[in-house]
Amino acid sequence: MSTQTDLDLSTHKVVTDERVKRQKPLQRLLVRPEIGALVGAIAIFIFFCIVAAPFRTPEALATILYASSTIGIMACGVAVLMIGGEFDLSTGVAVTFSSLAASMLAYNLHLNVWLGAVLALVLALAVGFFNGYLVMKTKIPSFLITLSTFLMLTGINLAVTKLVTGQVATPSISDMQGFDSAQKVFASSFNVLGVSVRITVVWWILFTLVATWVLMRTRIGNWIFAVGGGQESARAVGVPVTKVKIGMFMFVGFCAWFVGMHLLFAFDTVQSGQGVGNEFFYIIAAVVGGCLLTGGYGTAVGAAIGAFIFGMVNQGIVYAGWNPDWFKFFMGAMLLFAVIANNSFRNYAAKR
Amino acid sequence: MHSTERRRATRTRRLVGIAAVMSSAVLMVAACSSTGGAPEDNGSGDGGAGNAGTPTKTVAMITHEVPGDSFWDLIRKGAEMAAKKDNIKLQYSSDPEAPNQANLVQTAIDSKVDGIALTLAKPDAMAPAVKKAIDAGIPVVAFNSGYDNWKQMGVQQYFGQDETLAGKTAGERLTKDGRKKVLCVIQEQGQIALESRCAGVKQGFTGGGFEILNVNSKDMPSVEATMTAKLQQDPSIDTVVTLGAPIAQTAVQSKGNAGSNAEIVTFDTNAALVPLIQNGDVKWAIDQQPYLQGYLAIDSLWLYMTNGNTIGGGQAVLTGPAFIDESNIDAVAEYAKSGTR
Repeated sequence: MSTQTDLDLSTHKVVTDERVKRQKPLQRLLVRPEIGALVGAIAIFIFFCIVAAPFRTPEALATILYASSTIGIMACGVAVLMIGGEFDLSTGVAVTFSSLAASMLAYNLHLNVWLGAVLALVLALAVGFFNGYLVMKTKIPSFLITLSTFLMLTGINLAVTKLVTGQVATPSISDMQGFDSAQKVFASSFNVLGVSVRITVVWWILFTLVATWVLMRTRIGNWIFAVGGGQESARAVGVPVTKVKIGMFMFVGFCAWFVGMHLLFAFDTVQSGQGVGNEFFYIIAAVVGGCLLTGGYGTAVGAAIGAFIFGMVNQGIVYAGWNPDWFKFFMGAMLLFAVIANNSFRNYAAKR
Repeated sequence: MHSTERRRATRTRRLVGIAAVMSSAVLMVAACSSTGGAPEDNGSGDGGAGNAGTPTKTVAMITHEVPGDSFWDLIRKGAEMAAKKDNIKLQYSSDPEAPNQANLVQTAIDSKVDGIALTLAKPDAMAPAVKKAIDAGIPVVAFNSGYDNWKQMGVQQYFGQDETLAGKTAGERLTKDGRKKVLCVIQEQGQIALESRCAGVKQGFTGGGFEILNVNSKDMPSVEATMTAKLQQDPSIDTVVTLGAPIAQTAVQSKGNAGSNAEIVTFDTNAALVPLIQNGDVKWAIDQQPYLQGYLAIDSLWLYMTNGNTIGGGQAVLTGPAFIDESNIDAVAEYAKSGTR
């Protein structure tokens, strides 16, 4: 509604209308989903810089970035899924599933490990498709569907590995064709100013940028926000809801495959019991980064910041040399701090 | 109508696409035969044990196994080998949560097994169920964990190592080797056996500083990063003690990342550890012979049921700690490769 002061009656021109009023740039920045996380991250960073001397070195930053990157790549997919209003509890074991599949297929069929990786990708996408398809067809909440997938994958990981290899860990594939080049892609390091940085950090940033671009600048991004905000209204305006949701689950499958390949080529044998519980870290990263549990809100950059906070807290406690018995407590307290800071910041900014 | 037709057409096109991808994958599979991978001809690794002519008995083995861990695989292999040889039907079950494990004991009692072999990682939670089994006239043997408690619980035999003693032995060797600052890495926070190992190392190591680091073994990248962080934070650490073979492997990488000169030693072995000990990346491993623990637990029940014997004559039978280092690794290597050491 325009007020008298906004109208210059002598020229009959509407000077401003508050509905289209340009927000101040600072305010526009403050209401962004990831800004609370960013402030939290800076606070935690400064905090650890003060209490932990080794934290200030560039080597420490490289270690933290590595720890953040494997969480962050998954958190990117999980964030996109959460913006689209769905949830995936099977991500932790899906990572292990991909690396086990790639390793065993390559080893037992005498394949080039790259081909094993490609076949594992097909399987990982199939898991994502399975999740998405069932969620859409049965209308059962994704929490329950993916909880079932989580259990099934945990079982498959153990049982198939034992069936195929006769033991619970996969045999080493480091002497096989394609291993060296695959290791370069998924698990190498390079030097930046004398500090060795892991390549997963680059992938993490790249994944985040691509996801951000898709979410912000493409029609698919619009669709994802729409289905997360309200599935029925999205459908009413012609968004292909089913395809979008299945696609999101498959993207999560892709991310899980990618981290799985990192696991395989960094450690070259995989224990089948791995990955259980990691799904929570991915979700925590996305939520700390400003994704709403209810969908329709959040960013990929936020998830990356969330993963960075997680990595910082995780390793910062070690750099600070605190009593390890309290390790989990410190971690929980830090994360709680980040989430609350994030939340209150958002409320404060929204009120302004 | 029009739209349905179009949809059908896209679907067909998509199916054709999927089929094309699949068939090209199969073609590539056929084309690619590379170096490495599974041995072309799998010789039987059974060891060719004989078979006892005694009547079939049923034995329940109930452990606190964390599923998918290479250590427990060795225990089970030993148990299966003994069962096969002794004409015993082995009913294996496990649960890391103590109350659930106690329930499994009750299940075994209900199904009237002839003997029970179990681990006592959380003795207090297991005691009532063990008592019930003994009252029901089922012979019970313990292995792997429960060194301090098995006797007072009425369990008849014990096979394993005293974790504190094993830790102490490791600590004493580190003192003798002149190490100055030891880092003990616990991969599962709060697990009694692991905590006692580190406590033992602390007891035995009198040469300098000692510290504990907790890591999450379900997430290897974080294990690597956390150990790297610790080695960067404290360059005075000259020895890393890990409590499982997979963690030792990862420690080797962390050491490289951090540019540290620390020596790595570990508890427990697996196949992947063998080359690391051979080339000196891991200095030595304390071996508690899990295969032997599983084997003896079953075999002792067979001896008791068929001949009234008890191994150890009422005392614990220690399967460790034994050191594996460059001096004896070659003797172990062959068995590790076939997955029994």
